[in-house]
Amino acid sequence: MREKKNPIDALWDFFCSLRLTIVTLILLAVTSIIGTVIQQNLSPEEYLQEYSEGTYKLLDSLQFFDMYHSWWFLALLGVFSLNLIACSLKRFPRVWKAATEPVLIADDSLFQTFSNVDEHLVSGSVDDVKNRMETFLRQRFAGPIVTEKDGVVHLFSQKMPYARFGVYVTHLSILIIFIGAIIGSLWGYKAYVNIVEGSTESRVWPRGSNAPIDLGFSVRCDEFSVSFYEGSDRPKEFKSLLTVIDDGKVITERRPVIVNDPLSYKGITFYQSSYGTTGDTLLKIKATLKSTGETVDLTVRQGQQVALPGGASMRVLNFAPSFQNFGPGARLEVVDAGGNRTSFLVLKAFPGFDAQRNTDYSFTLSDFQQRYYTGLQVAKDPGVWVVWLGCTLMVVGSMVAFFLSHRRIWVTIQPIGKKVGVKIGGAAHRNQPGFELFFDELKKNLKSELGS
Amino acid sequence: MTSSLCFNLATGAYFASMVLFVVYLASRINGTALLANLLAYAGLAVHTAAIGLRWYESYQAPGGVGHAPLSNLYESVVFFAWTIILIYLIIDLKYRQRAVGAFVVPFAFVAMIWAQLRLNDSIEPLVPALQSNWLTYHVITCFLGYAAFAVACGVSIMYLIKIGKEEKTPSNNPAGGVLSIFPSTKILDDINYKAIMIGFPLLSLGIITGAAWANYAWGTYWSWDPKETWSLIVWFIYAAFLHARFTRGWVGRKAAWLSIIGFCATIFCYLGVNLILSGLHSYGG
Repeated sequence: MREKKNPIDALWDFFCSLRLTIVTLILLAVTSIIGTVIQQNLSPEEYLQEYSEGTYKLLDSLQFFDMYHSWWFLALLGVFSLNLIACSLKRFPRVWKAATEPVLIADDSLFQTFSNVDEHLVSGSVDDVKNRMETFLRQRFAGPIVTEKDGVVHLFSQKMPYARFGVYVTHLSILIIFIGAIIGSLWGYKAYVNIVEGSTESRVWPRGSNAPIDLGFSVRCDEFSVSFYEGSDRPKEFKSLLTVIDDGKVITERRPVIVNDPLSYKGITFYQSSYGTTGDTLLKIKATLKSTGETVDLTVRQGQQVALPGGASMRVLNFAPSFQNFGPGARLEVVDAGGNRTSFLVLKAFPGFDAQRNTDYSFTLSDFQQRYYTGLQVAKDPGVWVVWLGCTLMVVGSMVAFFLSHRRIWVTIQPIGKKVGVKIGGAAHRNQPGFELFFDELKKNLKSELGS
Repeated sequence: MTSSLCFNLATGAYFASMVLFVVYLASRINGTALLANLLAYAGLAVHTAAIGLRWYESYQAPGGVGHAPLSNLYESVVFFAWTIILIYLIIDLKYRQRAVGAFVVPFAFVAMIWAQLRLNDSIEPLVPALQSNWLTYHVITCFLGYAAFAVACGVSIMYLIKIGKEEKTPSNNPAGGVLSIFPSTKILDDINYKAIMIGFPLLSLGIITGAAWANYAWGTYWSWDPKETWSLIVWFIYAAFLHARFTRGWVGRKAAWLSIIGFCATIFCYLGVNLILSGLHSYGG
C-alpha cells in the first residue's frame, strides 16, 4: 500500500521534479513559435484584413496577438521560475554540505562507491607512509586534511569544490534576469520623439499611448544629416547633433548621436532611429538680369515672393529633390513689372539650361537645404543593469557548471600485519572519463613513489 | 590569389574529404579516413586564408567599406561552414572517431556549395545598424554554437542508425559491416552531450551579445522579434536536453532525437526566419 502524501508535500514534489522542468522547457519552446507566425501587436483593422472575424475573435480571446504578455505565457514562465527555485532549494543544502563540510574519513562503504581505487602494501611505519602520502598528494593533487582515528590515518584532498555551485549560479542568473525585466517594465518606458532641426522638445510619446511623458529637461536638435556610400544609395551614417538643456543650463552641446552610439542623460537614453523632411526647403538661387549682367544670390523658401533687380519679382512654386530622374529641380514663377506671369523649371544639374530661354532673366539653382527632423527612440530602463548582472552570472555559472569539476581523493593508511596498507580512492562530480585518465596517471605515479 | 578562388578551393577540399569519408565507410580502409581528415585540415587552412583575404579585400575597395566578413547571408554561411569544420576537428582530436567525419563534413560542404553557387558574394558596405563591434562578437559566438549543434546532430543520426541496427540483431553481437567502424553507442551519446555542452554556453553568449547590441542600437535588449524568439526556442530545446540527461529514460534515443530537433530549430532560426518570417534581422537575408 502506498502511503497517501499530504497535498503540500505533493505540491512540493511536483515543483521539484525534473520532469516538470523538461515539460515546461518544451512547452515554452513550442508556444513561443505562435508569436513568430502571427504578427504581434497590430491594430484590430490590420488583423481583420488577414483573418476572418471568427478567427480574429478566437485568436484574440487566446491572447495570441500579444502572446508574450498573455496570462498563460506568463503563467508558464511562473511555473518555470517556481520549478527552478524549488529544484535549487531542494538540492542546494546537500551540495553546500558536500562542498563546505567534506567527509574527511572514507569508510569501506564509501570506498565501494568509487570506481577509481587502488591499494598498496608497503613496508615502513604508518607515520612514515603518512608523510610520504601527504607530500605525494600535495605535489600531484592538493594539500590533504589529515585525520587520525584509532591508529588509522585518513587523508582527504579536494580541488574546486566551488564547481558544484555553477549550476545554482546559472539558475539564480535566470531569476535575476527576470527581476531586471520586471523592474524595467514597472519603472521604465519606451517612447519616441521627432525633433525638427533647430527646435527643442521636452516631451516624448510612449508607444501605444497618446499621453506624452515630460522628460524634466529638454533636447534640441541642432542638425541632422544622412550620408550615403559613394556611388550607391546605401546609407552610411545617420547623425543628429543634440544639445541637452536642463533648467536653462546647457549640459552637452551638439553631441553627435548616430546609430549604435546613443546619448544618455539622467537615466534616459536617446537612440537615432529614423528621420524625415519637413517639406520646408531653403533654396539658393542665382538670378541674373540679362540686360545689365547684374547678378543676385537669393535664399528663398517655397512660396516666398522676392524682388528681382529691374522691378520684377519671383517665387518658388514647388521643389523636388529628384525631378523625374533629372535630380533636384524647382519650378519658379516670375511676375514682371507689367504683371505678366511666366513659370519654368530650373534643374540643379543643368545650370546653363535656363540662360537659353529668351527672357529678361536667367536663373540657376545653386543649392538647396532641406529641413530634416530626427526620429529618436527614447528609453528609460532602470532594470537593464540587473539584466546585465544576470547575463554575466549566467555565462560564468554555466562555464563553471559545464567545464569544472569537484574532484576528491581519500587515502586510508593503516597497519596490516607488519606492513602498512594504503588505500586510495577518488571521485569527480562531473567529467568522469577525464577524472579516470587523471586517476590512472596518479596510480602510476603512486606505484613508483611507494615502490622506491 | 583572390578570396573567391580560395573559397572554391576549400569547397573542393571538403567535397573530396566527404567522398573519401564515404569510401572509408564502404571500404573500412583506415588510410582513406586519414586522407579525408587531412583534406578537412587543408580545407580549413585555405578557408581561413580566404576569410582573411576577403577581410583584406574589403579594405582595398573604394569608399571606406572595410569590415569583418560576417555581415550578409553569403558571409555568414561561409563562416558557418568554417566553424563546423573547426568544431569537428577539435572533437576529432579528442575522440579520434573518424567515421563521425562522414556525418559532419557534408554539412560544411552543403553550406559552402550553396554559398558559392546561389548566394550574392559581393562585398557590401555596412548599413548604420551593423556598424558595431557587437556584430563580430555576436556572429562568432552564435555560429560556433550552431556548429557545435551541427556536430551533435551528425553524431545523433549515427547513434540512431547504430542503435536501430543493434536492437534488431541478437544481443552480445555487435553490429557488423559499415556500423562496425561507427563509434560505440556509448561514445556517440557522449559526443552528442559534449558537443551540446560546448554549444549551449556559446549560444547563451550569442543571445546575450545580441541583446547587448540591440540595447545599444535600439534601446531595447529584448523585443520578441522572430529571430530573437527562435534563438530562445533553440535555447529552450537544448536546456531541456541538458536537464533530460539527469533523469533516466531521457538519454540515448530520446536525447538523440532532441538533439536532431534542436538542430532543425537552429537551422530554422538561422535561415527560416530570414527567408520566411520578417523582422530586425532582415539585413542578413
